[in-house]
Amino acid sequence: MKHLLKITVAASVVWVVSCSPEKPRFEENSKKNTSSAVESVADPTKGIGPVKHVTLSTPLDQERVKRGKDIYEMKCEACHRLDDQRVVGPGWKDITKRRKPEWIMNMITNVDVMLDQDPEAQKLLELCLTRMPNQNVSVGDARDILEFMRRNDGEQ
Amino acid sequence: MKKYNFYFMLAAAAVMLSGGCKPQGPAGVTTGGAASKVYVAPGQYDEFYNFVSGGFNGQLAVYGLPSGRLFRNIPVFSVNPENGYGYSEETKPMLNTSHGFVPWDDFHHPALSTTNGEHDGRWAFGNANNTPRVARIDLSTFRTVEIIELPNSGGNHSSPFITENTEYVVAGTRFSVPVGENRDVPISSYKENFKGTISFIKVDPQTGRMNIAFQLRTPGFNYDLSRAGKGPSHGWFFFSCYNTEQAYTLLEVNASRNDKDFIMAVNWKKAEEYLAAGKGKTEKVRYAHNVYDEKTHSASSTILEEVTVLDVMELPGIVYFLPCPKSPHGCDVDPTGEYIVGSGKLAALMPVFSFTKMQQAIANKDFEGEFQGIPVIKYESALHGEVQKPGLGPLHTEFDANGNAYTSFFVSSEIVKWNVKTLQVLDRVPTYYSIGHLCVPGGPTKKPHGKYVIAYNKITKDRYLPTGPELCQSAQLYSIDGDKMQLLLDFPTIGEPHYAEAIPAGMLKDKSVKIYPIEENQHPYVAKGEKMARVERKGNDVHVYMTAIRSHLTPDNIEGLRVGDNVYFHVTNLEQDWDVPHGFAIKGALNAELLIMPGETQTLLWKPQKAGIYPFYCTDFCSALHQEMQGYARVSPAGSGTPLKFSTGEPAAANQ
Repeated sequence: MKHLLKITVAASVVWVVSCSPEKPRFEENSKKNTSSAVESVADPTKGIGPVKHVTLSTPLDQERVKRGKDIYEMKCEACHRLDDQRVVGPGWKDITKRRKPEWIMNMITNVDVMLDQDPEAQKLLELCLTRMPNQNVSVGDARDILEFMRRNDGEQ
Repeated sequence: MKKYNFYFMLAAAAVMLSGGCKPQGPAGVTTGGAASKVYVAPGQYDEFYNFVSGGFNGQLAVYGLPSGRLFRNIPVFSVNPENGYGYSEETKPMLNTSHGFVPWDDFHHPALSTTNGEHDGRWAFGNANNTPRVARIDLSTFRTVEIIELPNSGGNHSSPFITENTEYVVAGTRFSVPVGENRDVPISSYKENFKGTISFIKVDPQTGRMNIAFQLRTPGFNYDLSRAGKGPSHGWFFFSCYNTEQAYTLLEVNASRNDKDFIMAVNWKKAEEYLAAGKGKTEKVRYAHNVYDEKTHSASSTILEEVTVLDVMELPGIVYFLPCPKSPHGCDVDPTGEYIVGSGKLAALMPVFSFTKMQQAIANKDFEGEFQGIPVIKYESALHGEVQKPGLGPLHTEFDANGNAYTSFFVSSEIVKWNVKTLQVLDRVPTYYSIGHLCVPGGPTKKPHGKYVIAYNKITKDRYLPTGPELCQSAQLYSIDGDKMQLLLDFPTIGEPHYAEAIPAGMLKDKSVKIYPIEENQHPYVAKGEKMARVERKGNDVHVYMTAIRSHLTPDNIEGLRVGDNVYFHVTNLEQDWDVPHGFAIKGALNAELLIMPGETQTLLWKPQKAGIYPFYCTDFCSALHQEMQGYARVSPAGSGTPLKFSTGEPAAANQ
C-alpha cells in the first residue's frame, strides 16, 4: 500500500509537470528549489510558500470571519461548497481539521508552486482534474479566509 | 545548429538560383546569416514590439521584431466578432459618431506617445481616414480606450501626429470641405466654399484624455501628412499639401500641374496665444467623444456641439508656406529638429529645409508672394539643400541616431539611405515590391533606437504562395547596423499596412496588465461571486447576471424567457489569474460572442426569435473540463406563463 502510494505520487508529479508548459523542466526545477524542498522536508504538512507560521487564537476574530466570508463569496464559492460536497474543488467542511493552517494559506496564495511540488496538493489535482486558479489573494486575505473556515468548522 | 542553418541556406540559395521565376532573386541579398539574425528561439522574446496599422481593416496589429511573429490584432475602428468589440453592449458606444454607429474605418497611422521627444510607452494614437476620428490605445492593456470624432474634416489623413511631450495630437483633413452653416453648395464652388481644417487635440498628461482644443481654418486644398517639430523646432508643425491648384475633379491630372505645392509650417505656440487672447470663434458642429472606463468596463459616448476655430487667413503669424516640388507626401523632421524633408511624389529630387533658415527668412520677410493672404517663403531662403536623383516616387523618411535618413521610393521600389547633412546617397536596397511607408524603431523621435528598417509594401506579386486574386500583404525587415542595408526577412501582415512604429520590448512588457481585480469591478451588472448570479426580469428586458469560472457558468439552466424578450447576458469572469479569459456564445445570436478577461464583465444582447431550448457555452478553451462549461436557456412563446427560473448544480423543476 505504501509502495503504491509512492508510485501514485510520482506519477502525479510527472503528470503535473507534463501539463504545465510554462514551468521549467522538472529536473531544473527540483535543483533550483532545494532550499524550499528542505523546508518542506522540515515540515511537509505546512506546504510550500510564504506562510511559515500561523498563530491561531480563540475566540475567533469576528472581523476576520466577516471579511473572509466576503472574499469566499467573491473568489472561492464558485468551486468550493461549505459542506463536504466536491464540485470543482473539495468542499470545505472540516478542512481546518485535516490541514495545517499554513498549508491552507500556502495553497491559497502560492497555488502554482503547490500544485507543482506539494504531494498533497498534487493528490487533489489528480482527484479534481482542474488546476486550482490563482485568485490573486494576499496573505492577509488568506488569513481572513482561514478564520472563516474555522467558523465553518464550528469554532467559536 | 550553425551547421544546420548553413546547409539549409545553401539549399535555399540553390533553389532560388535555379528557379527562373523570381525577378531579381533575393538569394544574393539574404546571405550572411540572415536566418540567425531573425531567429528567436522558442520561448524567447523579441527585441521590439512593432505596431502596424491595418489600413482598410481598421485595426492595429502587433508584431515582434526581428521575428515578424504576429502577437495581437487590436480592434480600433472596426468591429471584431472574435472578442465582441463593437458587438458587446459595453463596447458599442466606442464606434458611435455624429452619423450613428460606424462599424468600420481605414486606419493608416499609429503614433506612439512621447515625453521630451522620446518614446514613453504609454499610448498609441491612430487615425480613421473615412469618418474622421482619432483613437487612443492603452499600451498596458493593448485596448482602444478612447475615440474622438473630428468635425469639419473629410479624409483624416494627416493624422495623428504628436508634439514632443504629447501636448497635442494633430489631425489634418485630406479633403477640403464646406464649413459653416450651409454645406449644401455646388461642388464647383470649391474655391469659394471649401476649406481645410487642422484639429489640435489636447492630451491630458496624466489620463491621456483627449479634447479638441482648437481647429485651424486653412486654405482649401489637400493636407497629406505631417510631423511636429522637436528640440529647436518644438512649437511648430509641418504639413505637406497638394492640390494647390484647388481641383475638385480628375485630380491625377488637375492637381499635378503646379511645379511646386507647399509644406505648411504652423506655429502652434502662436495659435495658443491667439486662443488665449480670445481670437477663436465658436462654431456649432456635432461630433462624438467616446471613452472606455476600465472600472465599469463600459464605454460612454457623448455628442459635443461646439468647437473653437482660428482662421489662419485672418490671424497673421500662425502659418507660412514653404514651396515644395510636385505634390509632397511625406514631410518628416529629423531627430535634431533642424531639418524638414519634403518628398514630392512626382519630383526627381528631394528638398531638405532648414528650420534655422526658415526662421531667418520669416524674420527678414524673405517671401516670394502670398497664397490667400499667407506668406510664401522663398524656396532657396529656407532650403538646406536637395538630394539629387535619389530615386523615383519618394514617399516617407525615417531616421537613425547617426544622422542618416531612410526614404521609401514607391515607383523605383527601394529604400535609399542618405546623409541628412551632406545630402549624399549612401546605399540603396530593393523592396519587393512598391514600398509605401517604412519604419525605423524610434525613427520619428529625438532618439531613434535604430538597428532595423522595415518596409511596408503595397504589392507582393510572386513573393508568397498564391491565395487567389487577393494576395497577401507584407513587410520586409532590413538590418541597418552596417554601412550596407541587408534584407533579413519577409513577413506577411494583415489588412494593408501603412505607417508603423516600433518600440523596445522592455519599455512595455513589464507594464502589461495581467488581470482586472474583481474587487475594483464597478460594472452596474457585475456578479462578484456566484451568490450574486441571478436573473431579473423588467418588462421585456431580462438581465442575466452570470459568472464564469473553470469550468462552469452560473446560472447554467435558465427558464421563463420569452420570444420578444431582450435578454442581456452580463457575464463576469471570476478568475483572477493571467491568461484565463472565458468566452460566451449562445445559439442564434445575431451579433457575436464575448471574450471576457479575468475580473471583467461584458454583456451580450440576445433576442430569441422562436420558442425552444438554446445551448450556450464557453468559447475559449479554459481547462480540462472546458467542454463541460455549457448550459441551456429555455424560450417560451410570447405571453407564456413559464415561470422565470435559474439554477446551477440542481435541476430546475421539470414539466413546467
